[in-house]
Amino acid sequence: MAIKGKAKLRGEKVQVKLLIKHIMETGLRVDAETGNKIPAYHITEVVGSWEGKEIFRSNLGPAVSKNPYLSFQLKGPSVGDTISFSSVDNKGIKDSGAAVVK
Amino acid sequence: MNLINQSRRILLKSFGFCLSLPLLSGKLFASWPEEAFMSTEIDKAIGELYGHPPQASDLVKLKVPDIAENGAVVPISVSTDIENVESISIYVEGNPNPLAATFELSPYIVAAVSTRIKMGKTSNVVAAIYSGGTVYTATQEVKVTIGGCGG
Repeated sequence: MAIKGKAKLRGEKVQVKLLIKHIMETGLRVDAETGNKIPAYHITEVVGSWEGKEIFRSNLGPAVSKNPYLSFQLKGPSVGDTISFSSVDNKGIKDSGAAVVK
Repeated sequence: MNLINQSRRILLKSFGFCLSLPLLSGKLFASWPEEAFMSTEIDKAIGELYGHPPQASDLVKLKVPDIAENGAVVPISVSTDIENVESISIYVEGNPNPLAATFELSPYIVAAVSTRIKMGKTSNVVAAIYSGGTVYTATQEVKVTIGGCGG
């Protein structure tokens, strides 16, 4: 559970913010010692779900900043509902997290 | 015996095919759009993603700083009043591969997203919104200062 999420009800909308720990290597940097390019290593996909339904999907490239921050707004969930998140990177490593609407 | 074996094989084969079909189509829609992310031009990346040419629109609200002191972390917000938005995507003209991120929205999502992106140098940032077969875009320049002392 390394994806940190927050979900807060504001009026009719739920503001969801998430922070994922990841190096987000661009693949353009050169290793100073060996002179070789450091291979790209980044999150490719982030999915948000509510009540078993996929409600949000984001495809990320290496140009998203290190430790990606994403925020979006939802209509529907109410206080106490759980929004769950999952991510996968280009090596296939998965991560997940959840937030309870406050 | 031989006949039974043969028909069993056919049955097994067709089972395998039926099982792989939904998996395949699911993957097609969900897979990372590599062609668009590898594209070196914004218009090509937009065409790759949506299959339609972009048109500039006041309805797309793009919020980025005029000056970014740190190109590694540039906050960006995109929102719109356009209805039934299916997708939002973000591009940096000066990056080797302009496409930074895409957001696929469901009817539960309000068309307003924020994230943080990397910019190699001063350039235009473009936000594209896809709704009902049309791609609407907004463009704004962001000055990237190295070391925070102007340049």
